[in-house]
Amino acid sequence: MPPLAQRNLFHDKVRLTVTLTGIVFSVVLIVVQLGLFLGFTTATSNLIDHSGADLWITSKNVPYVEQGVAFSERKLNQVRAVPGVEDAQKLITRWTQWKRHDGGQDSVQIVGINVDAKMERPWNLVEGRVEDLKSPDAVILDELYKQKLGVSHVGEVFEIGGYRARVVGFTRGIRSFTTSPYVFTSFKNAQDFANLREDQTMFILVKVAPGANIEHVRRDLLDRVKDVEVFKTAEFSRMTTFYWMFTTGAGVAVLIAAVLGLVVGFVVVAQTIYATTVDHIREFGTLKAMGAPNSYVYKVIMKQAAIAAVLGYALGMIVSVFVVHGSQKGGAAILMPPQMAVGMFFLTLLMCVGAALVSINKVTRIDPAMVFKG
Amino acid sequence: MQSAIAVRDLTKKYEEGTSSTLALRGVDLDVHSGELLMLMGPSGSGKTTLLSIMGCILTASSGSVRVAGREVVGLNEKQLPALRLEHIGFVFQGFNLFPTLTAGENVELMLDLKGLSTSKAKKRSQELLEQVGLREKYTAFPSDLSGGQKQRVAIARALAGDPGIILADEPTAALDSHTGRNVMEMMSDLAHKRGRAVVIVTHDSRVLNFADRIVRIEDGAIARKPEAEMVPSGLLSQHFSQSGLSLA
Repeated sequence: MPPLAQRNLFHDKVRLTVTLTGIVFSVVLIVVQLGLFLGFTTATSNLIDHSGADLWITSKNVPYVEQGVAFSERKLNQVRAVPGVEDAQKLITRWTQWKRHDGGQDSVQIVGINVDAKMERPWNLVEGRVEDLKSPDAVILDELYKQKLGVSHVGEVFEIGGYRARVVGFTRGIRSFTTSPYVFTSFKNAQDFANLREDQTMFILVKVAPGANIEHVRRDLLDRVKDVEVFKTAEFSRMTTFYWMFTTGAGVAVLIAAVLGLVVGFVVVAQTIYATTVDHIREFGTLKAMGAPNSYVYKVIMKQAAIAAVLGYALGMIVSVFVVHGSQKGGAAILMPPQMAVGMFFLTLLMCVGAALVSINKVTRIDPAMVFKG
Repeated sequence: MQSAIAVRDLTKKYEEGTSSTLALRGVDLDVHSGELLMLMGPSGSGKTTLLSIMGCILTASSGSVRVAGREVVGLNEKQLPALRLEHIGFVFQGFNLFPTLTAGENVELMLDLKGLSTSKAKKRSQELLEQVGLREKYTAFPSDLSGGQKQRVAIARALAGDPGIILADEPTAALDSHTGRNVMEMMSDLAHKRGRAVVIVTHDSRVLNFADRIVRIEDGAIARKPEAEMVPSGLLSQHFSQSGLSLA
């Protein structure tokens, strides 16, 4: 077949630029909106997903991780006594106040861990070591929040909940969904910062022994430890995400924006592909008059749309990678995992081919007699 | 002569809402292989409608149209394009070349529709362009060709399908008289040397003397006047002798 589709696309550089701009705009818009949604969703359950635990034990009626209620840490021994439990560790997460050098205060979320344990350790450290948290007043926070909390370097001293806190390290990319940054510290420090009694914890994280059935261990824990709830990590992660994304309405707004991004993206692509087809409507009429079956004309239009999709996707992804990279230094992360990049290719192809179908509808109704009109 | 197109009691009615227009009424016409027939008449008389129906582009409201021996009235949307592809070549007033394809590719497009392989289509397209005197323009885009050259490419494209019938709508309207005469000489050669049935709709009185027969249409019907169907005898040979260009 003579390269009609390619030539139609590349012949008019202005039209090509408009078409590709429309597709690139759509790709970037969808990547940004879906990436923001994914970023927010991930941020809501960051702590849970990176905990390394199999099960989370909470007080009764705790809907999400930030809403933990303190309970007696004596339950820890009961938990450790349950068959199939390889390890169990206490965990505190609670909002408290961070006092900056200028006297201003910011809300932070304390994460108190057993520094010697393997669960819920801060990850992606760019400065300092987790073991540095063993010092009495040591804290680690994310470099994203340096400015917000007035921190410039390791060794600086602040006040958290009225107690001395010394910065011993920084992480990278540990975002909080709320405006309160996570501040990692030892369990003991956290009890002070969060104003908890010495015998209290807020969660117990459980690592199940290799070969043990997580569901069986969960049921045994519920039977043997009173007044607690036991969730699988994925389940508690979903609950927390659901709470932030849907119960608060914050996520709904992001989700609507993502859906709107999809719709606007599709409309822009449809419009540009449609306009490109309409530009050549007389030629398609000529093709039909010459005796080309509809399938031949459809093939040309589809090929045109597919080429535009591939080019638009490639350019759109280049722009998106820059946008995603740039967002890593901001408060709202735009995530683009490989699956999303691959999915975006098929979505772009689908949008362009879908838009071409709209054009095909127009071409199908061309009266070939139009070729005789001047 | 064999009848390439036979039209009997043809009626075409355009309907729009509650109103309708009778574009053709009771037309009878035969076009023979090896004949160059010209359709003339004022604007809106129904010439192009008749050409479109004979070209299987429009469907008739009633009557009978036989193209290459086959009744086309009643054929469906899939059968009509196949019939066009098999038997009919079109030459348009506005050339209707694909501006993004070269002259050669424009011809190859038709050959591709006919199912020729790329290499055979390329070879054949070069031959056809040579026949119309444009072999050297194989890689030229339509925007780089003159009006006459464009129409010659269009003729090469129409011939690519090796059709028995050539239908042309005002093929010289956009051309100067010299170029128009060259194009008409080619059309005449197609009829007389290669045995095609050639039907030309025209307003151009300069080309009438190329016609074997002129049919005048008025108000949707063939005019029943003595001059309605005529053969401009004695003129053809004179023009052939002036021809500097002919189909191989």
